[in-house]
Amino acid sequence: MTDALRLLELIVNGAAGGCIYGLIALGFVLIYKATEVINFAQGDVMMLGGFAAFSFITWLGLNYWVGAALAVLTTAAFGYLLDVIVIRRVIGQPQFAVVMLTLGLGFIFRAVAGIAWGYDSVGYDTPFTNHTIKFGNFVLGYDSLSIIGGTVLLCAVLYLFFSRTRLGVAMQAASQNQLAAYYMGIPVRTIFSLIWAISAGVSGVAAILLTPVSMVDVNMGFLGIKAFAAAVLGGFGSIPGALVGGVVIGIAEQLAGFYLPAGFQDVTANVVLLATLILMPHGLFSQRIVKRV
Amino acid sequence: MRTLFKTGYRQDLRIWRHPGDILWYGLLGLVLLALPRLLGEFYIGELGAVYIFAIAGVGLMLLTGYTGLVNLGHAAFLGIGAYTNAVLLTAGWPYLLTLPASALLAAIAGVAIGIPTLRMSGLYLAIATLAFGQIVASVLEKWDSVTHGFNGLPVPIPEIFGFPIQGATGVYYTALVLLVAVLWIAANILRTPFGRALVAIRDSEVSARSMGINVALYKTIAFAVAAAMTGLAGALFAQYVNFLAPDSFDVLLSVQFLTIVFVGGIGSLQGVIYGALFVRLLPQGIALVRDDLPGHIGHLPGLEPSLFGLFLVLTILFQPTGIYGGWLRAKAWFQDFPLHRASGFRRQRTYARSERT
Repeated sequence: MTDALRLLELIVNGAAGGCIYGLIALGFVLIYKATEVINFAQGDVMMLGGFAAFSFITWLGLNYWVGAALAVLTTAAFGYLLDVIVIRRVIGQPQFAVVMLTLGLGFIFRAVAGIAWGYDSVGYDTPFTNHTIKFGNFVLGYDSLSIIGGTVLLCAVLYLFFSRTRLGVAMQAASQNQLAAYYMGIPVRTIFSLIWAISAGVSGVAAILLTPVSMVDVNMGFLGIKAFAAAVLGGFGSIPGALVGGVVIGIAEQLAGFYLPAGFQDVTANVVLLATLILMPHGLFSQRIVKRV
Repeated sequence: MRTLFKTGYRQDLRIWRHPGDILWYGLLGLVLLALPRLLGEFYIGELGAVYIFAIAGVGLMLLTGYTGLVNLGHAAFLGIGAYTNAVLLTAGWPYLLTLPASALLAAIAGVAIGIPTLRMSGLYLAIATLAFGQIVASVLEKWDSVTHGFNGLPVPIPEIFGFPIQGATGVYYTALVLLVAVLWIAANILRTPFGRALVAIRDSEVSARSMGINVALYKTIAFAVAAAMTGLAGALFAQYVNFLAPDSFDVLLSVQFLTIVFVGGIGSLQGVIYGALFVRLLPQGIALVRDDLPGHIGHLPGLEPSLFGLFLVLTILFQPTGIYGGWLRAKAWFQDFPLHRASGFRRQRTYARSERT
């Protein structure tokens, strides 16, 4: 295989992995834009989504598409309840209280998943497993293509939702100015809970798209840490930024794994994250506004 | 009930609030010195570990509890201190030099992460320190020629003036002396203009800056001091475990340190001790009741981290002032016994905390 083809394959695989980071980062960004809270348990919510899909498809024997849809809905409902029951209580507390709260929740989710589904990796058959397309010498897996395609589709749906529907516009309003949104009669609390639901649902989609590539296991939530790099690179307030950041991180990781000595692949995301924060703290798509006194 | 009448500003600056403090802390000190003669080897070892965690906790308390900077990579400083101590001892340095060297190297690392994160607010700082912790953990794993990677690094037994510091008792006394020293330093920092500046930065960075406080300088020093204390704790930790493995300095350890600060009671040095006791004794408590629990609950592998998570969540939701706050509340209840009012400790809500406008 020639070097150019090799490079292309690395880039496609990297972009596929990066889409997953981008989707998790999208979850962070949606919640951060609306409530100025970062959900450190986002990766673990994704893990729960993966296990939900596994239960519906393998345990209940449902069709892949039905099981996946049910899993996304379940995860979204879980996100809604999470906000209503737990997160809403700490509004107005210092920010690090929320950081610690979501970190603690992550540990609890991991333990609960371990008790419910065990600590072994599980997987299930998808329509995308073990299929490839060939263009001459160039081989592409259906799994990578399905991740990229699914991400693009999801983003289109989210874009239409936020720009064309009443609820989506209400969400944008609540994100921009809570008080003004209250005055306009928008039920801000419910809107925030719905945003948590969308964010959890998006990470559920990420888990399902990821399944043909890697198995579902209790520790897959640690992908969330790499997704931070994607969100920060994208500017943390910007939805397209999160996806672009994710793809950049994914490709950088693949290239580092191929061209640099062993061990560099693991730290690539973290190094990019620190470098971004130091050199370009506002990210690629800056949305931050300096605080006025 | 003792009522303190303050007649001068100097009184506010004293470390001992009244003579009773000296008496009680003195008695406590005597008991702690005598404990190795009374308790078994196992309990002394565990208490030594509590002191080590408390030293690191004091550092994090200065950083998170008093300056308001969340650090999710605190275990990295402990790791740097531990490996520095082990490597230098192996190279033949005396213990009295390796201890300050561990603290110094950790402090340099603290400045290295402190300076680039100066402009970051709470959440960005949390993410940046998380990444820093992961990078240090990876370096400890992969830098084979110094750390021996996953093969582990044995820690030699050090000597002070010809006396070998070994076994649980040796670690116990070293840790006790250093804990007292660190607490004394922290208590003194908090009553100087520097300490007051840290608290001002925590409460409002903007108003601290407009009062003429050099926020960048003080934040960097806070990082350096916190890292130095934790590096010292790391050196002792190396002595305590005898054999260093890189995977013991992971996110879970950082979260344990934050648990010390939050469960102990944010913004109090006494709270650090309560928190360290809680964090070290919880696993022992689990081990004690493990076999009596119904079914397989006691033998689930995720039990310990999930209980840490659960206690963290419950503390933040229902007792945000931690164990120390609970103790203050109980004391107040007894002091004004028939006249106690529930509203005295009601949680204040603030709605206007936003980083945007």
